[in-house]
Formats: sequence, C-alpha cells, structure tokens
Amino acid sequence: MSDYKLIGHNYITPDLVAKVTGQAKYAEDVRADGMLVCRLLGSPMPHARVRRIDASAALAMPGVRAILTADDLPVPPVAAAPSPPPAPGTSPAPAARSGAAGEGGRRGQRAIAVDEHGQPIGGAAPTPAAAAPAGTLVKAEAALTMEPLYEGEPILAIAAVDEPTAVAAIERIAIDFEPLPFVVDPLEGLRPGSPNARREGNVLLQGNRIVELKWTDADFAAAALGQLPAGAVPDGDAWSFGDVDAGFTDAALVVDESFVIPTTSHIPLEPRSAMAYWQNGKLYMHCSTQSLAQSVPAIARYCGISPSQVVLISPYTGGAFGGKNPAYLHVAIPALLAKKTGQPVMMKITRDDEMNIGRSRPGMIGRAKVGFAKDGRITAIDLFVVSDGGPYGRGDHGSGARLASVLYQPKAMRFRGVGVLTNTVPRGSQRGPGMQIAPAMELVISKAARTLGIDQVAIHRINAPAGKAPVGPPQRDGSRRYVTSAFVKEALDKGADLFGWHERKAASGTRHGSKVRGVGVAVGTYSAGSVGYDGLLTIEPDGKLYIQSGCGHLGTNSVFDTTRAAAEALDMPWDKVVITQGDSTRNLPWSCSQGGSQTAHAHTRANWAAGLDAKRKLQEIAAKDLGGRAEDYTVGGERVYRTGAPGRGLTFAQAAKRAIDLGGAYDGHELPSEINAMTKASATALAGRGLMGVAKDTFKHDGDTMSFVAGFAEVEVDVETGEFAVVDYTAVVDVGTVLHPRNCQGQTYGGSLLGMAHAIGHRWVYDRHYGLALARRFYHSKPPSLLDAPRFQWAAVNLPDPETPVGVRGVGEPPVGAAYGAVVNALVDALGDDAFRRTPVMADSVLASFEAGGKPARGALAFHV
Amino acid sequence: MVSRRSFIKGAIAGGATVSAASYLFRNSGAALGQAPAPGAAERLLALNVNGQLRHVDVPKEETLALTLRNRLGLTGTKVGCQRAECGSCTVLIDAVPHYSCSVLTHSVRSRQIATIEGLASPTGALHPVQQAAIDQQGFQCGFCAPGFIMATVGFLKTNPSPTRDELAEGIAGNLCRCQDYDKILTAMMSAAEHARRS
Repeated sequence: MSDYKLIGHNYITPDLVAKVTGQAKYAEDVRADGMLVCRLLGSPMPHARVRRIDASAALAMPGVRAILTADDLPVPPVAAAPSPPPAPGTSPAPAARSGAAGEGGRRGQRAIAVDEHGQPIGGAAPTPAAAAPAGTLVKAEAALTMEPLYEGEPILAIAAVDEPTAVAAIERIAIDFEPLPFVVDPLEGLRPGSPNARREGNVLLQGNRIVELKWTDADFAAAALGQLPAGAVPDGDAWSFGDVDAGFTDAALVVDESFVIPTTSHIPLEPRSAMAYWQNGKLYMHCSTQSLAQSVPAIARYCGISPSQVVLISPYTGGAFGGKNPAYLHVAIPALLAKKTGQPVMMKITRDDEMNIGRSRPGMIGRAKVGFAKDGRITAIDLFVVSDGGPYGRGDHGSGARLASVLYQPKAMRFRGVGVLTNTVPRGSQRGPGMQIAPAMELVISKAARTLGIDQVAIHRINAPAGKAPVGPPQRDGSRRYVTSAFVKEALDKGADLFGWHERKAASGTRHGSKVRGVGVAVGTYSAGSVGYDGLLTIEPDGKLYIQSGCGHLGTNSVFDTTRAAAEALDMPWDKVVITQGDSTRNLPWSCSQGGSQTAHAHTRANWAAGLDAKRKLQEIAAKDLGGRAEDYTVGGERVYRTGAPGRGLTFAQAAKRAIDLGGAYDGHELPSEINAMTKASATALAGRGLMGVAKDTFKHDGDTMSFVAGFAEVEVDVETGEFAVVDYTAVVDVGTVLHPRNCQGQTYGGSLLGMAHAIGHRWVYDRHYGLALARRFYHSKPPSLLDAPRFQWAAVNLPDPETPVGVRGVGEPPVGAAYGAVVNALVDALGDDAFRRTPVMADSVLASFEAGGKPARGALAFHV
Repeated sequence: MVSRRSFIKGAIAGGATVSAASYLFRNSGAALGQAPAPGAAERLLALNVNGQLRHVDVPKEETLALTLRNRLGLTGTKVGCQRAECGSCTVLIDAVPHYSCSVLTHSVRSRQIATIEGLASPTGALHPVQQAAIDQQGFQCGFCAPGFIMATVGFLKTNPSPTRDELAEGIAGNLCRCQDYDKILTAMMSAAEHARRS
C-alpha cells in the first residue's frame, strides 16, 4: 500500500530482553538503602466518619517510624478540576484540550472540553454563565480520608522498617467510626427517601458540585418490571438532535429494551506500589504511570509541590487500562512519609488494596428505544442511562451516548443520563469508557434485524458511519462535530469474509448433542487521537539517531512505535536508532496523556514533525557546504546528498558535526517558540550534542479522530448445563495506517478479550445489606484466563486517515465495545431474543431461560448482583 | 506444622519485626539496635537457587516469593496477587512450576529452585522460551512474563511437543491482564518447536 520502510512493518521493541530475563524494574522492584515500607489501613465499612484515631500502641512498636493521615495531605485548591493544570507554557492541558484542537484549524467548529481520554466532557451546551451553580462544592478525592466513602478507602498509612512490622502496627490501631448511611445501587439511590452516598447529595456535577436528585414514586411506577424508569436528569446530561418523535412515528419497528451492565475492575497485574525519597528538595518517585510527561505535573499536584521538584522514574508499567492516568493520587502517601521520616519509603500495595483503590468501570443500566425503517435504517434513538459513579465519579453515560451517536448514525437522537453516587469502589476511565452502551444498543439492533428479517451484518452496514460522519451532541450553533474518517462498511465486509459469516450464520442454531451455536456481529469505536504535542531528537556525530520519547511505557508500545515515524521521515535504519524514555531527568519532550488511544496518532505526528525538522536542517547544511538550494538535496541511506548525484553529500555523522559548528537552530541553541516548556528545557539540555530535530505538531487536522472495529463472535452453549464458551472471534480494525502490525494485533486481541469479559463473567458483586464487596478474588470477579480465550483472527482495513500525516489512528480502546456487543449478539442468537437482560451472562440465567421456554427474562433491575 | 491460619497470616505479614533483619535494602541504619531473634538458629537455611547455594535467615512463615525478592534480590519473580491466583510469581522447584507466593521458604530446603534470572545460560544466551517471547513480541506490559516463561519451561519438560490447546491448558494458571494470550501462546508454541530442534 505504501513504500514505508518502517511504518507498517514488524520489529522487536527494545524492552523485551529486560522483560523476559527479569531485569525490568517495575516500581516495587526498586530498592534503596534504609528503605521503609508502608501499608494502608482501609475502611471496614462503606461510609463512615472517623471520630478518633488512636495510634499510640502502633507508634510505640519497635521499628514503626511514622503515620500519615488525611491531615498530612496538601490542601487542594478549592474547586480543583479532576484533571491536572497545565504545566507553564504547555500544550493544551488535558482539562482544556479539545479532542482535536490543533493549530490546523477547526473549520468553524468550536473546541469542546475533553477529559484525559480525549472524550468530550459533559453533554451539549454548557450551563449559561449567569446561572448560579447548583449544589455544594466538595473537595476532590484525596489519597487518605477521614470520611471513607467505600469499603477499603484508605484512612491512614504506617511506615515501618519492614512490611511485617507495618502490618502488625496497623492491627494495633484503634479507630472510632461513626457509621453513616450508604447506598450501593444507583437506582436505589434515586428512590424517594433513600440514603445518599455522600452527605451533600447523590449526584456529582461538573466542577465538583454535588446535588441531591430523587425520582418520584410515580416515575418508578410508570416503568414496567425490568424497564428503566425515566425520571429527571441533571441539565448537563441531556441533549438531542433531529426530530426524535417523527423518527419513531415514521418507524416500521420500534424496539425498547433495558439492559444491566456490570462494574468491572481494571486489575492491572502490577499493583500500584510506589517508592519515593527526597534529595536536595526534589522528590524522586518510582511508580507506574500511564504517561510519563503528563504524570510529572500530576504527581506535583498530588504532593503539593511544584513540577520542577518532581523526578519521575517509570521505565516500566505493569498494565494500567485507564486506571493509572496520569499516575495516581496515592503516590502522595510514600512521598509525604519519606519527607516525614527522611528515609525512602516503599508503599506496598496488595491485590486487595488494588481492588479497592485501583479504579473500576462504571456499571450502567441503559434503556434504548430505537426506531427502524423497513430496510433496517435507524430513524431515531432515545437513550436513557443511569450509571454508577461510585463515590467520586460522574459515570460514563455521556461518553456512551456519544459512541452510540457515531456508531449507528441515527437521523435523530435524544439522550438523557444520570450518574448516581454510590458507596462502592471508585470509578475511573477504563479502556473504552462508555463502550458499556454496546450490549444495550446491540441487543436492540439484533432483535430488530431478526424481526425485520435482515441479516445482522447488513443492518450494521446500513447504519455504519462513513467518511466524515457526524458524532456527538449538537454544539451551541446547532451543528454537530464529525470524525476525521470512518471505514466501517469496509471493516464489516472484510470481517464477514474472514469470519465466514454467511456459512456460520447458516449453521447457527443447529443442535449437536447438548450444544447449540450462535453468531453475532457488532461495531465498536472510541476516540483515537489528539494533536499539538512535541517531538525531539538528535542526530549525533556517531551517526546515530537519538529519539526522546516522553510517552509512558505501559505495554501498549506506543512509546516506541511512534518514534518509528521520525526514523521513517529521515530514512534511518532502525538499528541506528536509540530511544530514551522512562525518566523525567532524561530530557524528554512534552507528550500526550495516554488515555483515549491518543498516543499512536498524537506522537506519530509529533515524531514526524521532528523528523521533518531534522530533514530540513540536513538539507540546509548540505546546501551551505556543497552549494545549491536545500530542496536540491535528498535524505536517505544515512546521508544527505545532491539529488541525482549521490556522491555529493554528507553522512549523517558529518552533518551532525557541522550542525554543532553552525550552532543556532541546527544544534538546538535556538528553539522554536511554540514548543512546550518541558520540551524547551529538555532541548536546551541536549543542545550542542548534534543536529537537533525539534517541533510541535501543527499539521492540519479537521474533525475528531476516532477508530472503529467490526467484531464477529461465535459462541457454543450447552443447553443442559448452561455453560457456554466463545469459540471464535474475528476483529477487523479501522485504525488508519497500521503502524506496527504485531502490536496492533495484540492491542486488538487484548481489547477484545477485555470487552467480552463483561459478557462472560467479569463483574463486581456487592452485599446490599452491609455494603461490602464480595467479588474480591479473581475466581469471583473473573478476569478472563487463557481458557476463556477464543480462537482469534485479525485484520485491518489499513486505509490511511486523511487528516494526519502517515495516516495512523489509535487502536487500544475501540475493540472493547465491538467484542462485548458481538458476544452478546451471539448469545442472543443461540438463546433467543429475550433470554437475558443483563451481563455477564451466567450459566444459571441460561438455564432459567431454557426452562422458561424462551419467555422474556424480566426481573427487577439491580446493580452489582 | 504450620496451620492454614498462621500460614495466611505469615504470607500477609511475613512474620515479626526482627524477621527482616537481613532484608537487602536494610543494610544502612535501619536494622541497627535490634535484639537478635529468638530461635534465630532455626531460621538459617541454605537454599539452592539457580544452581547456587544461598544462605539466608528466614522466619518460618515467610514465603519463597518474598525470600527471593527481598532477601536474595531476585525481583524478576513478580508478586501480582500474593494469593495463588495470577501466577506472576511462578518459579521451578525441582523443575516443577510452583506459585512461589504460596510456598514456604523453609519447605524447600535442599530443593532446586529456578527463577527467571537463572534461565539464560551463564554466557548470556537466552533460553529458547525467552528468545521466542522476544521474536514473537510475546508480551505487552511484561509483568506476567517471568511467570509465564517459567510455567512454560516447566510444562515443556513434561510435554515437549504440546498442541496449542494442551499448552493453553498447561499454562492457564497464569494470568495476563493485557489479555494478549494469543501472542503468548504463539510465542510459547514457537519456543517448544525451537527447543525440540536444538
């Protein structure tokens, strides 16, 4: 398709030898002389006020060095936004950055605020400035608290000479708790007279304001059994476009179903242990992070110091999936204990701690009422979602509605949603936040397909986004945003071929002994790129290309993969490229937050920009030395030479020496004004080492970058035992140009299995009486193992995105919802339209459905059961 | 005999304060001024790790994973759950894969213990399983890699020519949360083939 030498080709990433020999040092592997170990004490109850802490017996124990409580934490600025403030002179900070607001121009589109995942914050038009903000202003979540809002929320930490001592000391601490009312089910929290998860109310608005929202008895009575009531929602969580009523009036078929989606924990295999010490007024922090550059200001904020005081060392992160972005609040604990004791402190996070504080995906109940024309075209969607915000969050309903609006291209759509606070584990963005809407929408679409006699692939195809397809709510001027490109029909066609859809479909439903098979297809999407970050590299007199990568190294490999764009721009052989990453003292450029599958897009752009900058400098140096104009020179084969006369030129090594002689912009002594302050500092430190390529990504970019996936699943259900398995799964990704095929495959596969986990077993369970979490062990909460993994096929559409040089979009998150939806549809295909209305689907619900003879499974709606 | 309850407590707490007097990272001031442990002589043992005899002072309730990581500096063995669910801490004991988070160090006196650090040859040549993981880009975040590799090395000793399904069954006690099982299996199958050839 292209003549790239590096992009689109497999290679071996430079981290693997350390990973397979045990030499890779993750945060908990770091040791320092005199290192203390700290452990956390978590709340034994779901909501309480700490009246008194008696730590005297613990502190009197030999070997116990210090205690840290909420009083020791820095006081956060009032109304601090959940996202970090920008570093001085930075690229747009996560909180303010438009998902796609580059200098390349918006073509009249208004930039909107997005979260750290590149997803727009809130619904449509913002609240008018004149209106007084509603609700009570509350403090953001802190690392330690005197009012725990969920079981396990850390109250204090003890540092001791070793872990056993710290644990023994924690057992000797006496705390006087005042139990407070709690709620673990968001729907219960909306009932009149029900307790609120927090004293200030039960719904969190933008800007850390909390209000109380209760529905009426009439609201609940108006909904049939198993149907989500549609009570009032906050102003910011409702929007619509098109004529929804007409869409339903004109529809040949209207399907209206409610669906329960589980809360699932991220469960990175590496718990968020962190080690900290201080030297010369600087904090040295070893922790796992989802992004390196962006974690520096975040850690500074968590610890109440300035970013210039933070040294972050994080060469490896053992998985994150949205839960360590950027870093995490609790790094303040070892940092402040290290300050208190004057010794290095390792915060040891156990798996139980990780299950408590390690973030979870918000569960939801989604009610989708969808109108269909006879040909399957969607005429209107009316989507109502209640999501579980946990104690500190707003839920994923807004993101879910946005994803639905682009995936199914309705002519008209109305969205209403509310995130209700509960005293359950804290929620955060998990790989593809909002993708939870997939089963609710997909169930309705596949049911309509069967009713209308349309093939499932065909109904997805007729509703698929294509080209610059509209996305999300209307903006203030009434127009809607649009994506940079979408090739979903191509993905569906390719996937149907690869999977053998029509053959398998023909065979589905036939019994073999006690086994019956079903097939399903679904589409998934997520944001897949941002713009405006910096690239930084040097070509040095040893002839090598040194690329600085400020991305985090969390396993996605984008920290390495994206640097291939710089090497490609310079036609540099890969074995002459040295990548520096993982340590904020090592002169790294400002980089994007690694959520929202931004990095592959953002940093191929940034590295491409830096590569082109170096290329231009090589050409200019050659023209100065050898005559002619810069454009008369070609860069290739580690040389810059007169086009058509390969003998007349300079090697990269020679050009690097000449760059140092010439100084100025050539070796980094003069820098472009638009680059970020962090990049500027790093480039200044590297100045004089060779020819410098340094640039901010200012390439043109029109639209919101999103990637798409078509997923195809086949399940086999045992009608006698209710057991089932996903036997085959095929994913075709529309992620623009494939940057690194094997890695793209790994991301697709990993995201797919993470997604289908929501259908086949992964969830949290809560005891409603005591408000305590029950599914703490893996054999309860069931993250998929090798034995859950289906046979897997993968392909890419591999059409470049037209709005970015090189054409690369992100891949990490879009596969998640596609797999979740496809498996749900396959199960429905095997079991019948009305077999279940919640996932994960368990063997008992399969059997119950068979025993009921396919009659609708209509139970009361409930979360966490 | 160690009761289940005291084992679990030990696995959580790792014993009393003095038990950690020889933790590697406490060689500065922190360990000074502590009385010798009662019954310290019983705690001394010789462990055969990666072909070397290592003398360590270990409380009876300490698990092998913590001894390897905290006393012998072998941090390649990862602790992902400390409760026998994830397999990150898998090591070989007499060539059989074990979860080292759930093995008491005192129970493996005179056994041969192999960790990820001992897998490559003394000259630095990687084991075929390690090499295959590199060649096939077998892991993403890599936290599970040492455990998966040790589990595979152990499994291939009992079944050098597995089918893909047999291998999956054999190493299913290890969790990869990046969920990249497909590439891991591909890598480990190619390792088996490579090992058979060599």
